[in-house]
Amino acid sequence: MTVDYSWKLAARLDSLRIRSEMLYSVRRFFHENDFLEVETPLLIPAPAPEEHIEAVQAENWFLQTSPELCMKRLLAAGYQKIYQLCKCFRKGERGGRHLPEFTILEWYRAEADYQDLMGDCEDIVSRISSDLGVAGIFSSQGGKISLQKPWGRITVEDAFIRYAGIKAAEALERGSFEEILTSEIEPRLGLDMPVFLCDYPKEMAALARLKEETPEVAERFELYIDGMEIANAFSELTDPVEQKRRFVEASRKREQEGYAIYPEPEPFLQALSRMPPSAGIALGVDRLAMLFAGRLKIDDVVAFTPEML
Amino acid sequence: MYEASDLKKGLRIKIENDPYIVTEFNFVKPGKGQALYRCKLKNMISGNQFERTFRSVDMFESADLQEKKMQYLYHEDGKYCFMDNESYEQVFLTEDQVGDAVNFLLDNIEVEVLLFENKPLGITVPNFIDVVVTEAEPWARGDSVSGNTKPVTVQTGYQLQVPPFIEEGEKIRIDTRTGEYLTRVKG
Repeated sequence: MTVDYSWKLAARLDSLRIRSEMLYSVRRFFHENDFLEVETPLLIPAPAPEEHIEAVQAENWFLQTSPELCMKRLLAAGYQKIYQLCKCFRKGERGGRHLPEFTILEWYRAEADYQDLMGDCEDIVSRISSDLGVAGIFSSQGGKISLQKPWGRITVEDAFIRYAGIKAAEALERGSFEEILTSEIEPRLGLDMPVFLCDYPKEMAALARLKEETPEVAERFELYIDGMEIANAFSELTDPVEQKRRFVEASRKREQEGYAIYPEPEPFLQALSRMPPSAGIALGVDRLAMLFAGRLKIDDVVAFTPEML
Repeated sequence: MYEASDLKKGLRIKIENDPYIVTEFNFVKPGKGQALYRCKLKNMISGNQFERTFRSVDMFESADLQEKKMQYLYHEDGKYCFMDNESYEQVFLTEDQVGDAVNFLLDNIEVEVLLFENKPLGITVPNFIDVVVTEAEPWARGDSVSGNTKPVTVQTGYQLQVPPFIEEGEKIRIDTRTGEYLTRVKG
């Protein structure tokens, strides 16, 4: 039978209005801070091989899982400050906080590191909140989350000890890193104020640079607000040899587990040697909209979910 | 066989020879990390519940259950009686076994009774049912564009959110799988 979704769409008007205001505010922020808005192709020949991210195939190419590779080629060509608002696609990701097609806000700064991006996050979210005329974010626990700077910072190592009583390295070895992170740690992060979870084990560095003084961790952080992962950021790896080694390793693991192997993103690897020290971040726009609209399900901040099509 | 990505609320799987139903399901995934499928499972015989997290490599057998069409007759002292209209055989289920389906048990409704080795375990009501709204606040006209919803009670005693224009005495269609309002039924 055909279902009439009009009432459901109508019921989303309030949160879609907040989302729209939020996007307007984001664009103004980047415009005023001299960032260039770019649009890179959604359809690409080779996504970055990552162990746990599945791309949707479209003919012989793929829908992007992130705009990362093209944006870094722009950095390598001399672009200094760029941002993009775009759709990304990840196969099989559907849940209360996941949509297989979702919106990313991604930005890069040349001659910067992940610390600079923490400052950007504080500024952008505060700016949205003042543009929307709200003093903070209502937490799903009932309280209010203050956006006053500076926000909290905790290393992955400290968070594992404090909230789960286990060393991150040990959790990694036992194969229970994600399990502990999502069940014991995440729900307690960013409840009073947003928190940056910093310095991930080098095994989870993906495209991040290792920390010079402590090379067992990478200069990577994730932003958490109200127990929810909002953004992922790196000081970018600029060494093409090391990057290629990591891609090969990720592809090997993918093959072992029976996942599709992607072609090597050759032009990206070539460009990497010319990329200046940079920092980049991807922020989940839908999840940020959930926070500002006070909605607990990602479904409520997009007009259509795949099930409604 | 099922894969972890097939898991969803209501799926029935076999673990160590017992049938289990997924009563709660949540997809969890740190952006760069592996996907986790967090489930609450209920043993369909003992009723015992526990939580378990699966990974994408996990596989499951489906539970070998039979379903029989039966008609709902009545309930008494916490027991719900259903009858096979061909053999006139009657079976009784507890409140727990009927579960959320109690919200959609219209008089004489035909349901699927789930049997495991001939013992009734639970029921499945039709995906869509039409019910009469028995209690609703009147519609404040002009409110229709604000996108609000309002709560109503239907003839089975079930409460749900509907668009503001639904009035008492009207018939509406409910998707019993989600418990959500679908559309107004004319006539």
